[in-house]
Amino acid sequence: MEIDPLIFRLSIFILSIFVGYYVVWSVTPSLHTPLMSVTNAISSVIIVGAIIAGLSGNSDSVFNTSSIFGFLAIALAAINIFGGFLVTQRMLAMYKKKKKDKK
Amino acid sequence: MISANLSAIFYLVSGVLFILALRGLSSPETSRQGNFFGILGMIIAVTVTFLSTGNFSSGFVYVLIFILVGGSIGAFIAYKIPMTAMPELVAGFHSLVGLAAVFVAISAFLNPEAFNLGKPGDIKLGSLIEMSIGAAVGAITFSGSVIAFLKLQGIMSGSPITFKGQHPLNAIILISIIALIYLLCSTQSSNLFWILLAVSFLIGFLLIIPIGGADMPVVISMLNSYSGWAAAGIGFTLENTALIITGALVGSSGAILSYIMCKGMNRSFFNVILGGFGATDEKSSTSSKEQRPVKSGNADDAAFLMKNASSVIIVPGYGMAVAQAQHALREMVDTLKKNDIKVSYAIHPVAGRMPGHMNVLLAEANVPYDEVFELEEINNDFANADVAFVIGANDVTNPVAKTDPQSPIYGMPVLDVEKCKSVLFVKRSLSPGYAGIDNDLFYKENTLMLFADAKKMTEDITKNL
Repeated sequence: MEIDPLIFRLSIFILSIFVGYYVVWSVTPSLHTPLMSVTNAISSVIIVGAIIAGLSGNSDSVFNTSSIFGFLAIALAAINIFGGFLVTQRMLAMYKKKKKDKK
Repeated sequence: MISANLSAIFYLVSGVLFILALRGLSSPETSRQGNFFGILGMIIAVTVTFLSTGNFSSGFVYVLIFILVGGSIGAFIAYKIPMTAMPELVAGFHSLVGLAAVFVAISAFLNPEAFNLGKPGDIKLGSLIEMSIGAAVGAITFSGSVIAFLKLQGIMSGSPITFKGQHPLNAIILISIIALIYLLCSTQSSNLFWILLAVSFLIGFLLIIPIGGADMPVVISMLNSYSGWAAAGIGFTLENTALIITGALVGSSGAILSYIMCKGMNRSFFNVILGGFGATDEKSSTSSKEQRPVKSGNADDAAFLMKNASSVIIVPGYGMAVAQAQHALREMVDTLKKNDIKVSYAIHPVAGRMPGHMNVLLAEANVPYDEVFELEEINNDFANADVAFVIGANDVTNPVAKTDPQSPIYGMPVLDVEKCKSVLFVKRSLSPGYAGIDNDLFYKENTLMLFADAKKMTEDITKNL
């Protein structure tokens, strides 16, 4: 009997939880705020679903109820992606080590 | 148009890049590279989605327009937002992820053919279960984050809102969500889908209102986790590996952060999310308040103490963020260092309104991160330090947590500030902190209270040094 593809996805999911668990424990506490903003940005990869939804209209009518929700989701996810990565970058750029050559 | 297998491989690649993005955060040196990996992963995922649909008709232009509009808003916010407002920003962003998940689920429910999930009214059972879970969790994330945002922003009062029968009501709603998902899957009725969304929005709202302001670190982390699970739910629906991996990563990340925050307060997760903390204790402490003598001083006294010290430990808290005192603090420290005084910073896990909040503020004020220490790293040093400078922190320094089993904060790990030769405590008044209890530290022999605004006091001390 063939294995349902769902089982494969479930395996990826469970293993990723474990990967996440160990990776996140190794994050230094001083970077917990950037951790939250970057996880925010990457969870907006949900935009791939939004794009499929947005493109679901046909060439005659780009907009139908389904694709409008898709477009709205695209805009929301895009705010998060750009905002999340940029604000993370802004924060990380501030973390500096003590200057050794300080006179 | 690229094959489904090839795009699946690319989604896997972007999932791995997201793992590396989090991995990079293990130290500040590698973190910037990590962020780059995250951006790369996102670009790959979006590009592959375009290529796999192979649809570059007029709809594609609209997609780009919406990305551009959202992207500009996001970029604008990212550059404008002050660092002290980071908790609000993160809460706001969580709400957007939640709402986006809801919208994608609605879209998939209305037009399942676009996602290969079957026909309207005849959606594959597995997909429908995944979709409704994703939508419900997304809706909870959305409304919960909106409340968290309003509380952090001060639009809504930070004090817990409780009413009779709150917990039974929440329990009934949660059970009804499960029942609705079951009914939805057996009937495929779109009415039930809308009811499910409405009820989920409602429970998100009800779950967060009883939680008080200082418990926000847990709430934000928890909502972070929810946004991940919502993304994973949608990822299962869309059979998208990148989304499943990311959802799992974010979900476990938020869960770990909530755990760390709860441990920092020595409270169980359930104790925090059931809420109401501080609301009852406040009354009892005000009525039984006794007048005890405190020593208060001015900037001159503080400057004198610090000038004659050889090591100073700074304990920042949420009050520092409120007063925007981080830059003034850093100037004071610069002056101290010029006088060959050793200065370090001690950060309690729950200082501020979100995990790592204080670290970001200090980094913003150009404090090198290797002068900033976590509780376990620095707690033994207080005994050897001459002066502890507590600025905007309160409950996290309260020795009662170690001595009085009756106290609501008993057992909470605290900074051993009282072991210092002298303690300078910047505070506006003697009012109790969030936990609603008096801080014994105020009345210690070696404590000097500095009653003033944190920023102004710090500036005055610098002048007097």
